[in-house]
Amino acid sequence: MTPPTPSAATPLEVIDESVEKSPSPSTPKGNESRSPGRLAWKRFRRDRTGVISAYIVIFFFVIAIAAPLIAKLYGKDPYTTYASQRPELLNAFSYPAGPNGGMSSEFWFGIEPQLGRDVFTFLLYAIRTSLGIAVAATILTTVVGVVIGVTAGYLGGRTDYLVGRIIDIVLSFPSTLFFIAFMPVIYGIFVAADDDVPTWLRATAMIILMAAFGWASIARLLRGQVLGLREREFVEAAKVTGASPMRIVFKELLPNLATPIIIQSTLMLPAFVTAEAGLAFLGVGMIDPTPDWGVMIQRGAQFYTEDLTFMLFPGLSMVIFVLAFNLLGDSVRDALDPKSKR
Amino acid sequence: MSNAKPLLNVSGLTKHFPVKGGFPIRRTVGAVQAVDGLDFQVGEGESLGLVGESGCGKSTTGRLITRLLEPTGGKIEYRGQDITHAGRAQLAPIRSEIQMIFQDPYASLNPRQTVGKIVSGPMEINDINPAGGREARVRELLEIVGLNPEHFNRFPHEFSGGQRQRIGVARALALNPKLIVADEPVSALDVSIQAQVVNLLQKVQQELGIAFVFIAHDLAIVRHFSQRVAVMYLGKIMEIADRDDLYNNPRHPYTRALLSAVPEVTVDDIPRERIRLQGDVPSPINPPSGCRFRTRCWKATDKCASEAPPLVEVEGNKPGHLTACHYPETADSVPAPRLSKDPQAAA
Ligand SMILES: Nc1ncnc2c1ncn2[C@@H]1O[C@H](COP(=O)(O)OP(=O)(O)OP(=O)(O)O)[C@@H](O)[C@H]1O
Ligand code: SF4
Ligand SMILES: [Mg+2]
Repeated sequence: MTPPTPSAATPLEVIDESVEKSPSPSTPKGNESRSPGRLAWKRFRRDRTGVISAYIVIFFFVIAIAAPLIAKLYGKDPYTTYASQRPELLNAFSYPAGPNGGMSSEFWFGIEPQLGRDVFTFLLYAIRTSLGIAVAATILTTVVGVVIGVTAGYLGGRTDYLVGRIIDIVLSFPSTLFFIAFMPVIYGIFVAADDDVPTWLRATAMIILMAAFGWASIARLLRGQVLGLREREFVEAAKVTGASPMRIVFKELLPNLATPIIIQSTLMLPAFVTAEAGLAFLGVGMIDPTPDWGVMIQRGAQFYTEDLTFMLFPGLSMVIFVLAFNLLGDSVRDALDPKSKR
Repeated sequence: MSNAKPLLNVSGLTKHFPVKGGFPIRRTVGAVQAVDGLDFQVGEGESLGLVGESGCGKSTTGRLITRLLEPTGGKIEYRGQDITHAGRAQLAPIRSEIQMIFQDPYASLNPRQTVGKIVSGPMEINDINPAGGREARVRELLEIVGLNPEHFNRFPHEFSGGQRQRIGVARALALNPKLIVADEPVSALDVSIQAQVVNLLQKVQQELGIAFVFIAHDLAIVRHFSQRVAVMYLGKIMEIADRDDLYNNPRHPYTRALLSAVPEVTVDDIPRERIRLQGDVPSPINPPSGCRFRTRCWKATDKCASEAPPLVEVEGNKPGHLTACHYPETADSVPAPRLSKDPQAAA
């Protein structure tokens, strides 16, 4: 559940190869400015892998956002058990009657074994749920990590020491075990023993718990960066002119932290996607009938010897997404921080 | 020294950095006596040079004056107002009058801000709206420091070191300051560019009548720039005098040693002999008793070890020329080089 521990400090210098070659900006090439962001964008666009990965990732997000619309056009939903009205869809052993998991022009990705739900819409909504949870967890984790890390680094002293120890503890925590053991306990606190746990509670609990374990690594990284940055002379220059601590944090420090923050969150998101699926698979995250990547894979695992197709769609789509996102993360890092290129 | 009230009056200024150590509970085990009892004044429009070897506390002094650091002791008065422990709110009206130029032109500009933002930042913070708008003022400032005013929307990485330092100067000028603390503003630059930047600062000082505390580690640069020069060693002022007094009649052995390293200076018309100081600068955590220079002074006696020489107008000094030495140099005193002659300098 803990996202990968970040690579060491990310440099904040802006690298512009063309400037290094000709260090005389007094010969202006027009007046357009080459902002650090624009330089990174230029580097990114030259990276074929990164661009292709970006398209794949965007495709997944579009699907997730447009899932209800697509389902409407397609004319099915992920909850209806189509086989109960049309028992001919499933064979005697409750497996899809048609070949390839029942794939047809009507059921594009086939039919679910036993219940006979539509795999295509189920997958659409599964992506929607899983990405939604992962994105929310990423945003929450990043915000918490940035706030705590920047505060600790900027204030220093006792606060920093205390936060540092808490980070150590959180990072050494066996978070996966904790999840498996305590998710039921948490549900128990809010829901009576024999009531169903509402989906929103499952989602919220998971997002909060993932953030609770995830913030530490980004906070530690940012704390270190801020410790280095606040000694920089440009921060002193701002202080000499009377800048408030707020202004120093938001105008002087945060813009220089954008690179590590972006890099960290792009690494974090795919980690959360797999973590969320893993929890669902283990039965402590989302559960059937909520469409979810992990739920689908878990159900697929029950039938894969007889009906591989049902396992294939969620499995492959998830592998493609996580791979593309990780490649994208690498490209983003290379573009923002060209020195780290191996 | 001017007869009028000085712009800046520093007395007994002290800064000790606590040294933490110990495990598992960190506690203060000592103090770096970075600055230990400085007294000096800077008059309106005057330039004071602050010279000394690395680690003697020059930057600390500069940061104390600009109140980036909290003094441990002593007093800083600006225009008669005590700002020694003034907080951010109390300093606000003075902030615009005391500015700073930093040593490292690569670290002193925020890489994520355009030149325009960097230079207009001080105006934004202090809510100053010059006639014609901030952008016009930025262009004007860039023009003053010799940069193309059309470059205001460029980023620092698009400029060379010398140009960046000019941007730093423009930022310092943005608020029309009365006093600028320049902390080794050229020591990070190529020798060929140093003169240009010094000339710019000189122009600024003369045309705009800004007082300077100009920090440098040798006496060569300060010579062209400062009316008064203070020589520091291990957190204390060894000698302070008007420029010509100091260069022509150095009374402190340390000043003499520093001067002997300046190429174009001939002390008392005696052919220059380079004085090579023996040993290293002692640690400011545990400075020598008595005179701090005694471990490297060729004239040190028991008195130097037991009694700290006061910074006073010793006999033979012009008014305003203060020296902290029990046995001040005189024109005919035999300098140390006889003992530790630098063979290269003689050749
Ligand atoms: N924040 C700090 N904490 C602890 N010690 C410090 C701190 N800042 C400076 N010092 C110590 O104070 C002494 C004086 O440092 P300072 O930077 O003022 O020297 P300097 O004369 O500017 O030297 P340089 O020519 O190298 O810039 C040094 O021994 C330094 O190690
Ligand atoms: S007081 Fe003594 S040790 Fe110090 S400079 Fe003078 S002669 Fe040398
Ligand atoms: Mg310094």
